[in-house]
Amino acid sequence: MKVIVCIKQVPDTKGGVVFNPDGTLNRGAMLAIMNPDDKAGLEAALRLKDQFGAEVTVLTMGLPKAKDMLIEALAMGADKAVLVTDRKLGGADTWATSSTIAAAIRKLEYDIIITGRQAIDGDTAQVGPQIAEHLGLPVISYTQELKIEDGYAIIKRQYDDRYHMIKAKLPCLCTALAELNDPRYQTVGRIFDYCDKVEADDKDTISTFSRADLDTLRDEDCGLAGSPTKIAKASDKVRKGAGTKVQFDTPEESVAYLMEQLTTRHVI
Amino acid sequence: MDFGLDKKHEMARSLFREFAENEVKPLAQDVDETEQFPVETVKKMARYGFMGIPIPKQYGGQGCDILTYAMCVEELSKVCGTTGVIVSAHTSLCMDPILTFGTEEQKMKYLPKLASGEWLGAFGLTEPGAGTDAQGQQTKAVLEGDEWVLNGSKCFITNGKYADVYIVIAVTGKVEKRGKMMKEISAFIVEKGTPGFTFGVKEKKMGIRGSATYELIFQDCRIPKDALLGQKGKGFNIAMHTLDGGRIGIAAQALGLAEGALERTVDYVKERKQFGRTLAQFQNTQFQLADMATRCEAAQLLVYKAAKAKETQAQYGVEAAKAKLYAAETAMAVTTKAVQLHGGYGYIREYDVERMMRDAKITEIYEGTSEVQRMVISANLLK
Repeated sequence: MKVIVCIKQVPDTKGGVVFNPDGTLNRGAMLAIMNPDDKAGLEAALRLKDQFGAEVTVLTMGLPKAKDMLIEALAMGADKAVLVTDRKLGGADTWATSSTIAAAIRKLEYDIIITGRQAIDGDTAQVGPQIAEHLGLPVISYTQELKIEDGYAIIKRQYDDRYHMIKAKLPCLCTALAELNDPRYQTVGRIFDYCDKVEADDKDTISTFSRADLDTLRDEDCGLAGSPTKIAKASDKVRKGAGTKVQFDTPEESVAYLMEQLTTRHVI
Repeated sequence: MDFGLDKKHEMARSLFREFAENEVKPLAQDVDETEQFPVETVKKMARYGFMGIPIPKQYGGQGCDILTYAMCVEELSKVCGTTGVIVSAHTSLCMDPILTFGTEEQKMKYLPKLASGEWLGAFGLTEPGAGTDAQGQQTKAVLEGDEWVLNGSKCFITNGKYADVYIVIAVTGKVEKRGKMMKEISAFIVEKGTPGFTFGVKEKKMGIRGSATYELIFQDCRIPKDALLGQKGKGFNIAMHTLDGGRIGIAAQALGLAEGALERTVDYVKERKQFGRTLAQFQNTQFQLADMATRCEAAQLLVYKAAKAKETQAQYGVEAAKAKLYAAETAMAVTTKAVQLHGGYGYIREYDVERMMRDAKITEIYEGTSEVQRMVISANLLK
């Protein structure tokens, strides 16, 4: 069984947000983590490896520094890693991103593709389902549980106030929720192994695809130029107003005031 | 000279830190209150290779270095001194002597299971009459045919009763040295469950209360002839070598305790207000924190240097002694100051700093008291 997991390196907002003049994120200048939904997807894949001996390949489209995230995935237990990176691919919206990733996936073998539901930077939840459409695969999103039986994926899909049980013939694509599982940690020895291999530029550890390698990708579908949606404006979090400060002599008076305010504003 | 860490060490540190914050910290207070050995935490650590960090891959270990192991103990100890010492005693005091002095058969028999965490290790040297004066050993091992027969007891043994494999130091006879009759001391590998090997008192301690500290009792305990570790008569050297490495682990534990206390204190003084200002705004607080931070960094440099020395030098006892001496005294000073800066709340068990202060004290004592470290350092200067 071969599993491809699409993962994205996203800004760790604890380190602050930095923008380029065109409104896109200056990812190179920010602290980065593996997107939480994607990490859950990777854990789901690793459980398929534990259960069936599946081969797990992680794939990311990003800056060269995304290699660090790929090493993290390998240290968690993934078998192979693919980095899709090229300046020509930068600034992509969800259409361009999904087109690019689909072109990369077409060069690989898979029985199931797992992506995260959405990334904490874009929050669109579009890329996973778009990849499935590009590849002509069924997509099941909001995966809460994933089982594989006799060539089928049996998935519990989260849905508002209920869930659906869906059975899909492989190959298919599912998008994972962070609530799907508790991802495992990395193993110390694997961190060392893969860092050493990447430093030695071992091509078997991380395969790199540039624009030129993606022969099924059209120019009009990649990069900033190939993005039908563009960021109109991006800014740091809007600071809240100073608010109203009041002071009372006793806690009882403070509480009475607070309760009145909360009730008047229909908070409670 | 590059004082920075490379990527793999940074990633390893992040792993240890994340694990410590998420898996160890939430349990630390409870482990201390109940004095329960954190069995489940050890299993989790084993899963990620923490129980075999510096052991070569051919023996089932992670194939990393001493610095990585030291960082693991450091990060664990920032949140729980008990968990830090479990890893330290298991790695430095049990696996290291087997790796260094064991036969290939002994290494293959014990190291894979110890490094995977399936088995836990311990070290039995101390006796009621033999603490700093380790030569005061009374436990005897007598060769009868194909078996050694052990009689005696050990006290204050970390990981006692929970450990599966024990390195036990015992007297095997008398030898003449420089015209005097001295004890011949040897080292043995003893497995839990061997008939005649039982456990006595569990000590009630001031700190590291979740660490199991037991008495080991040997009554006509028969072990195979090949349970001898290293050469007969070389047990004292094996013990001293083992302690040299163990000191690096304990230095890392002390370092972690100091750093953890400093972190808690920085958070606290930013929040706590008196006289209309946060404690952090008072210059006295600022100066205290500056001193604490400087001492912690100095301790860290000594610990990391000692770890590198063990990797690259045949002899590293002096570096280890300096690291342990300074880190332990730093831990005591910094945790005590941390309690003081917390004021009344520093004395309350819900706040971690009082536990850290109680945990720190033992680092000045075990695996060689600070006095012993001073003996080692000065002897090297004056030779």
